[in-house]
Amino acid sequence: MATEILSGKVHVNTTINGESTDFLAEPRESLLEVLRETLGLTGAKEGCNDGNCGACNVIMDGRLVNSCCVLAVEAGGADVTTIEGIAGPSGLHPLQEKFLEHAALQCGVCTPGFLVSAKAMLDENPDPTEDEVRWWLAGNLCRCTGYDKIVRAVLDAAASMRGEG
Amino acid sequence: MAVETREEAVTVKHHSEDYSVVGTRPVRHDGVDKVTGAARYGADVSQPGQIYGAVTRSPHAHARIRSIDTSKAEALPGVHAVITSADLADPGDKVTGGGEATAVPLKYKSGNVLARGKALYHGHAVAAVAATDAHIAGEAAALIEVDYEVLPPVMDVRDAMKPDSVLLHDDLHTDFAGEMSEAPSNIAAKFLFEEGDVEAGFAEAAVVVEREFTFATVHQGYIENHNALAMWHGDGELTVWCSSQGHFTIRAEVADILDVPISKVKVIPTEIGGGFGGKTTCYLEPLAAALGRKAGRPVKMTMARADILKATGPTPGGYVRVKMGADSDGNLTAAEADMGFEAGGFPGSVVAAGCMCVFAPYKLSNVKIEGYDVVVNRPKTHAYRAPGATQAEFASETVVDEICEQLGIDVLDFREKNSAKEGTWRAGGPAYGRIGHEECLQAARDSEHWQSTLDKPAGTYRGRGVASGFWFNIGFTSSAIARLNPDGTVTLLEGSPDIGGTRSSIAMQFAETLGIGFDDVIPMVVDTDSVGYTDVTGGSRVTFATGYAAHEAANDMRRQMIEGMSDVWDVAADSITYENATFTANGESASFKEAAHLLNEDTQQIIGKATVTPEKEGNAFAVHIADVEVDVETGKVTVLRYTAVQDAGVAIYPPYVEGQMQGGAVQGIGWAFNEEYFYDEDGLLRNATLLDYRMPTTLDVPMIETIIVEVPHPGSPFGVRGVGEVPIVPPPAALAIAIYDALGIRYRDLPMSPHRVYAELAARQNGAEA
Repeated sequence: MATEILSGKVHVNTTINGESTDFLAEPRESLLEVLRETLGLTGAKEGCNDGNCGACNVIMDGRLVNSCCVLAVEAGGADVTTIEGIAGPSGLHPLQEKFLEHAALQCGVCTPGFLVSAKAMLDENPDPTEDEVRWWLAGNLCRCTGYDKIVRAVLDAAASMRGEG
Repeated sequence: MAVETREEAVTVKHHSEDYSVVGTRPVRHDGVDKVTGAARYGADVSQPGQIYGAVTRSPHAHARIRSIDTSKAEALPGVHAVITSADLADPGDKVTGGGEATAVPLKYKSGNVLARGKALYHGHAVAAVAATDAHIAGEAAALIEVDYEVLPPVMDVRDAMKPDSVLLHDDLHTDFAGEMSEAPSNIAAKFLFEEGDVEAGFAEAAVVVEREFTFATVHQGYIENHNALAMWHGDGELTVWCSSQGHFTIRAEVADILDVPISKVKVIPTEIGGGFGGKTTCYLEPLAAALGRKAGRPVKMTMARADILKATGPTPGGYVRVKMGADSDGNLTAAEADMGFEAGGFPGSVVAAGCMCVFAPYKLSNVKIEGYDVVVNRPKTHAYRAPGATQAEFASETVVDEICEQLGIDVLDFREKNSAKEGTWRAGGPAYGRIGHEECLQAARDSEHWQSTLDKPAGTYRGRGVASGFWFNIGFTSSAIARLNPDGTVTLLEGSPDIGGTRSSIAMQFAETLGIGFDDVIPMVVDTDSVGYTDVTGGSRVTFATGYAAHEAANDMRRQMIEGMSDVWDVAADSITYENATFTANGESASFKEAAHLLNEDTQQIIGKATVTPEKEGNAFAVHIADVEVDVETGKVTVLRYTAVQDAGVAIYPPYVEGQMQGGAVQGIGWAFNEEYFYDEDGLLRNATLLDYRMPTTLDVPMIETIIVEVPHPGSPFGVRGVGEVPIVPPPAALAIAIYDALGIRYRDLPMSPHRVYAELAARQNGAEA
């Protein structure tokens, strides 16, 4: 059983970045709160806490979600990928490499959310057009870059993953 | 002049310097941590035993606080401490430093952190609590009962300026050049800059255009929420972790607000998730410290987005009236402006900067500029990227376009003819040194964008606009400490929070000075105990001033290494030369790395250091070109193509210079079209979410083309001007001019949102049909 109520807190078993993970959460706590304050996975950021900025995005069972809008107890039995799980044992993900190469970040606080969103897109569509990239990333706010270098980095990462880089 | 073209970028150089590290495009030093989630921002830091704070905020725009009852909050299980302004030090008549702004009375700084006697805007902090978790703290904050006497809100600058207006502060008098008005007023200060004879100048003019412009309150909109973690130590020392644009400023403000000796306060900077001028002051830091002192536990606080919009930032709305005249040959003969800016609940808007920028791109001998700093029941306003310049130059650049139209003169010809240049007196300021406005105009004229013809298919409404922008780029004080490591690398300690790649742009100047590699320098932003005083990251000053400090620290390191090698080799120091990163004397030779090893074996510690306060402003100019299409059925304006041209002095780290230009342009596009505070008749903010406070997304903007112009700044070792702020200045004017080209309608109120654009279109259509 993935959840069990214990003295006001709920026991949740989930998989985070490939590892089976157990935690206790109050029913009112969001997945973002538990990731950050309980599990110490602070890569996902709070920018708005109402699903408008995308800085807390994670992939849950293959679907891109705002972790601030998911209750922690809803993650029971789910498979969650956070920014901390994007790089592999052999090094950075091509998206991460291309963000660095293209200078697609300034302050960097929105960057985890953009990378997770872009990964979710490329998992579904390995050959996106510029318009498709802009559509996918429209739920992520960046106040520093004006998006130019982010869009270029994602298009370049997609090309390199297709072996065209 | 050399023109370099990359796939995405164009650089036009007006110098022949050839650097080996400066001007290259390596991956930034802090890059990997920022793409893996490992970088630690303010809210990512925790301490064992920490509890969480929350703030009770005023539900009214203007209210006298009769009493505060904290008993129910204190009785809630899990609550450890409750504070009100009574728990902060009595500010008396003290003054505290204000970061980018001038020093301010402590009663205003402290009173903004926790209301003292009166709540002055919707969301003004009134009390704070600390509890075992954030949810309990939030519940307790809601249990604090405040007895308010609600007062009429004063929301509009011009209403607030009227002599019979309701007053925010009974003891506030208008400061005009040090003279205080007799009667109290909402006008906190009046500024006046005069030169020549404007009446005579307008009399010489063939064309005089006078227009009034308004602009809404807007927010800096950084994605990272304000945060603070405060921990007291047994010996009365306080450590604060937070993200800010200047931890030395935060240290001074916390010390003053709590009346703790400044030497007892250590502020540890974390990574900062955007600031744009809005994180140059404290909000939560003194509250976390006061709660922690009372609770005896470390207290962590973060601010919710709604509270950020209600109670931090924003930058002023207000009005600007501009009158400019030119003779029939297209020479400007006189210019006049007056402007009123919202200060918010406490004095101190950026109106003086607006006054000094409004005509800065042009040579003028007859000028009169008046500015008014006006308190209203809105949050205390702060700097936002070239503070005051965007509002002021939106007005003057739009008037310049109208003059060109009336005279039938090309807009770039007119700007070139009247452009400020070396030696030109800046209206309201000193004479310029070497500047690059003319070079930016030329680069804009030569650009593929300007040379192209805007395609206007039948049935579409498309137009092109161009506008200039100016911002000072300040110096202020910066420090750097460079430690030589045994392996020949250098750890570079600095005090400038890095918001967008400045660790690397500073390290690159250090490396260039000593002829060593980019990766041989390890830059670190360190706490207030670990490096010399450094002013805020603002005013486009970090790559310029902290880069200057790094250059001087490198020179200091070289001097020390030469002295050290004279011991190692037992030769006179003046016989040692340093060239191509190699020390040479009497047939002896050692590379920088070999010397580091030898000096380490000789137990010598090499620590270069410098503090600088460069005097010469960078003086940044930009010229932007915009193509737009207006949907006449909805009033929505789409940007089809956008080019930003800017004099960077010398672009130390070009990809991040382009990034500043692109990001500034897009913030300017948001300011022009969408962003706006909506207050209701009670003075309550109705759009305090990122859904309703509408910043540009990926779908709202095209790629932003950049042309970097390099006219080196003579006041910097590497010709740096600073690049962060000026790109936000031209967009509203360039876009308003482009809309005029498309529709034949001049919009003079920001934002030019769909409903405003449509309303004027509909009015014209109805007028035509009537």
